[in-house]
Parts: sequence; structure tokens; C-alpha cells
Amino acid sequence: MALDDPKIPQDPTPIVGAATDIAPLGGSKPPHERTADEEPDVVDWERLAASDRFRSLLKAKRRFIVPAMIFFVVYYFALPVLIGHARPFMEKRVLGPVNLAYLFALSQFFMAWVIAALYVRAAARFDKMAADVIKSADDGSVS
Amino acid sequence: MTPALGMFVLFVLITLAITYWAARKSQSAAAFFTASRRITGWQNGVAVAGDYMSAASFLGIAGLIAFFGYDGFMFSVGWLVAYLTVLLVVAEPLRNAGKYTMADVLAYRLNPRPVRAVAALSTITVSTFYMIAQMVGAGALVTLLLGSSHVSYELAVIGVGVLMIIYVVFGGMLATTWVQIIKAILLMAGTILLSLLVLAHFGWSLASFFDAVTRVTYHDKGVLVTKNFLEPGLRYTAANHGALDLISLGMALVFGTAGLPHILVRFYTVPDAKTARISVVWAMVLIGSFYIMTTFLGFGAATIVGRDQIAISGGNNMSAPLLAQALAGDIFFAFIAAIAFATILAVVAGLTISASTSFAHDFYTAVIHKGTERRPGEEVRVARVTAFVVGAVAIGIAILLGKDANVAFLVALAFAVAASANLPVIVLSLFWKRFNTTGAVLGLATGLIASLALIIISPSIMKVDPPGVIGAARHLIQHPPIFPLENPGILSIPLGFLGAILGTFLSREPRAEARFAELSVRANTGLGAEKATTE
Repeated sequence: MALDDPKIPQDPTPIVGAATDIAPLGGSKPPHERTADEEPDVVDWERLAASDRFRSLLKAKRRFIVPAMIFFVVYYFALPVLIGHARPFMEKRVLGPVNLAYLFALSQFFMAWVIAALYVRAAARFDKMAADVIKSADDGSVS
Repeated sequence: MTPALGMFVLFVLITLAITYWAARKSQSAAAFFTASRRITGWQNGVAVAGDYMSAASFLGIAGLIAFFGYDGFMFSVGWLVAYLTVLLVVAEPLRNAGKYTMADVLAYRLNPRPVRAVAALSTITVSTFYMIAQMVGAGALVTLLLGSSHVSYELAVIGVGVLMIIYVVFGGMLATTWVQIIKAILLMAGTILLSLLVLAHFGWSLASFFDAVTRVTYHDKGVLVTKNFLEPGLRYTAANHGALDLISLGMALVFGTAGLPHILVRFYTVPDAKTARISVVWAMVLIGSFYIMTTFLGFGAATIVGRDQIAISGGNNMSAPLLAQALAGDIFFAFIAAIAFATILAVVAGLTISASTSFAHDFYTAVIHKGTERRPGEEVRVARVTAFVVGAVAIGIAILLGKDANVAFLVALAFAVAASANLPVIVLSLFWKRFNTTGAVLGLATGLIASLALIIISPSIMKVDPPGVIGAARHLIQHPPIFPLENPGILSIPLGFLGAILGTFLSREPRAEARFAELSVRANTGLGAEKATTE
């Protein structure tokens, strides 16, 4: 920039509100002032979403979550259905005074806990796969 | 001062001290709305349990079992199983892709202003209905529990309301979290003690306990009857569409819990999705153990206190406190009464903060001001004012309704709206690429309207009372119910999904489809998720 540029005033103090000044609150900063975490799109989402690593993560999650959901929904709704339509069967005493109806209701709690425990175990594997996806985004080795 | 009042005061003092401590740490938006995302896994799990187990669980379910035996216990199963949906489908993606509210996830790839506006409406509807139910219950309970201390219904409602406002306005999410944690610990301690005392009463023999449960005697319409309380059918009979109503309730629980705004915001308080997952598991352990122990609370009250005695000393909601009194005297009664009070406070505080966060973040900033704060700290200030207004309105409505108001349907309504409006759009926006703004708005609106309309024409509101039923117990519309079930879920949930899917096919939104890849990667990997902040 030449010193005789008419756009540059004699006083070198930055003009308030100029592009290089501290960005006003609420507005967005000019691109060159953004810090790394403010950079909007450093990630190529499309490519990442289509990558083999990400697709196999989704597939692994689906393979656990879909059957687990179906199983617990069927198991849970079997309770009101059986109570409504198979009452004599449910009133059978199986453990001293305790009938099948109570035991089946009680078993729902353990069913929920077992599925939760299995999920936590499976999710440790999903975490590893997700970490790999993130790593591939960072070092640009998306494939 | 009675022992019960003394324990109330002690609890209030402790929680106020926590609020004072939390207030200094709750200045920034992330601190106020999410406790800086620094709550640990077990802490959040306990807080979720504290947020979820309302007075309806502690006193209501114990009472249902004491009066209706097995049918009451079957009622408690769904409250735990519902957490599988939270764990498997909602908690982690929400934590990964959102910031403060449920609507953050929806607004990710959809047009933010209409979506946030309707989502805020749905959130505030769920929270205020649920809150009014809790406040009316609180007022009635506190007057019963503190009967000898001359605390009136109005005073009790104002007390609960003012405390909840103080926790939220000054202490934000951090104070709310710790109130919920303390409440959950107290509730578990009280329930375990009570269960042990019941077992001790039966000589530590499960066999003789269950034996007594099969022979419960009480007066039914003046006739002395003996019933096996382990057998179903005391409440839900074929005549009142029992099985169908239970299925409908189960659907509202299983799909609604994962759409309850005050539960969802809890997952933003932890550092990452993995911690969110751990916290759901902690919550499931506590909630499950609690509901299993309702066996001892409810059946214990039925066998030791007796249905007749409970009916003349305050009704079925008093089953657990009366059981405590029968087993260990007045001091233990006071302890259980104080727990009931703490329970209500923790739940209403959670509801208040989720409603005010949604109003400030989704409606005020995003819809009215197009997503930018005009001054730093504006969003938090608006949230504090909203919390105050929401609290004041809830106090007013609860006093207007009076303590005999039939408000149980408001809880059913809250779950129905969460299941029919919120959950369909959360799930579709996370898993369906074609989903768009029209679908979200139509889905939320259909779910909300269908739930409201079906409740209005259900036997909760529409029923012909026999002459002599007057005041708040009288049904609002004296007409045979058009919709036969008390819980609308079985119809309103499919309608909510249908609205969302039809709406989607009405228009195409290339931008929403283009951003699906980004949302999917973020939700499933946690790439770019909001981090914990320093204080």
C-alpha cells in the first residue's frame, strides 16, 4: 500500500468498526480473525459420511439397537396383553404364593438392566469406531 | 414445631445454601443452562432419577399398589423400561448434536425459526402442565403431612413455588442438579429403610410377606372382602378397557420419557456422550431399584396399615407415610413426609429450568431476534425472568384450581404430548434424510393437538357424574366420553408420526437433505460437540 493512498488517513489509529477492529457483539467475525474452533467448516462432512469407517459404525450400531428395541418393546407390551387376555395362565402360582403375573412384571426390570448392560458393552466398541472416524477426519485420511 | 416441619426446614436450609454456592458459578450461559457441562456421570444419573421420580411415583404408586395390588405394580414397570428408549435412541445423539435444548437438534438442518417456535411451544406446554399437576399435588400433600402445623393449601403452594423460583433464578442448572441429587439420595434412603422395616415386620421372610399379600382384607362398599393382591384385575378390568388403556399408557411412557424436555436437558450437563450414556445407566439402576421396592411400600401398606385405615386417614396418597408411622412412629413419618416434599421441589425445579431455557434460547433469541443476542448475557437474563414468570403463573393456577382439583390427567397429558409431538420429530430428524421443516412443524402440531383433543374427550374430562359430585371433583364436561381411554397415546403417537411424515412429503427442502450427512456424523461420532467449559 502506498503512503499516498487517499483512502488511508494521516492518523494511523485504526478506524472504529473497521474490518480488522474487534468484532462487534452479535455479528460474525471476518474470516481471517476466526480462531480454529470458530472456523465453520473444516470438515468435509459429505466425504466423512460416505467413508467406510463411518458406514461401518452406523451399521454396527444399527445391528445392536434395532433388535434391542424390537425385543424390549415386544417383551414389555406382552405384559398388558397377557394380563388382558391370558389371565388364568398368569394367575398360576409358581413360587410359593407368588404367581406368574408378578414374576413376569418383576422380570421386566431385569430385562431392562440386562439390555442396558449389553448396550454399554457394545457401546465401548462404537466409541472406538467413532474415535477412528474422528481421527480420519483430523489427519485427512478419509476413505 | 412438629418433627415434620423441622425436617422440611432443615432440607430447605441445605438447598438454599447450595443455591447460594451455585449462584456465583452460574453467570455465563453455559453455566446457567448446563452447569458448565461439568456434571459427572454418576451425579447426572442420580439427578436424572431425582428429576424423574415425582410425588406421583413415591406416593401415588405406593397408594395404587396399596389399593389395587398387582395392577398398581404393573403400572410401575413402564417407568423404568421407558429408559431403554432414552439410552438406545436419544441421549447420545442429543448430547453430540445439541447445545441447550431439544430444538437444537431439530434446528440443525431444518429452518430454525418455525421449528424452534413450535418446539418451544410444545416444551412449555409439557412443562407447565406437568408443573401444575405437581404443584396442586404438593399443596394437598403438604397440608395433609403438616396437618398439625396449620399449614394451609395456599401457603404450601406459595412455599413450593417460591423455593423453586429461587433455586432456578439464582442457582441455575447447577443448583437444580444438586437439589435433584440430594432428593434422589433421600428418596432412596427412605425407600430402602421402609422396605427393610416391612421385611422385619414379617420376620425377614419373603414367603410370609407374599403370603400375607395373597390374603388382604378390607371393606368394599361396606362388605368385608378378602382378596389376593397379587392377582391382576382390581383396577383395570375388561369393562373399562383395562388392557387397552394400559397399552396406551405404556406407549406414552416408552416413547414419551425420551421426549420429556426436563429429562433431555439433563444430558447437556455432562462433558460428552459417553458420560451421558453412563448417567442413563446410573439412573436406570436407581429408578429400577426404587420401583421394585414399591412392592414393599405398597403391599406393606395394604397388609400392615390396611386399605380401610388409609382411606379414613387421608386417602391412597398417604399410604407410604402412614406405613412409616405404623412401623416406626412419628419421627420416621416426619422423615418420609420431608422426603415427599423434597421430591416435589426437585421435580418442579427441573421443569422450571427446562421451560425457561426453551423460552429464552428457542423462542426469545432464535425466533424473535433471529439467533443473535443483542447484549451479552441477554439469553440468561431472559431465562431468569421466564423462570420467575413461569413460577408465578404456576402458583396462581394451582391456587385457583384448589386442592381438590382432579389433575392426574395433566401428567398423562404431559407424557402424551412428549411421546406424540416431541419424540417423532427428534427421531425422524436424526434418522431420516428426507425429513424437512414442514414435516417437523406439522408433526409437532399434530402430536400436540391430537393429545390435547383426545384428553378433552376422554373420561378424564368428559363424563357424566352422579348427582352429588360437586366442586373440583366434578368432570368439566358432563357428557359420556367420546374417546374411551384415559391415555391417548395409542392413537396420538401414530398421529404424530403420520403428521410428520405427511408434512415431509408435502414439500422438498434440498438444504435439509444436504445437511443430513453433517448431522449424522456429528450425532454418531461426537465430532464438534459442545465441550465442557471452565468456570
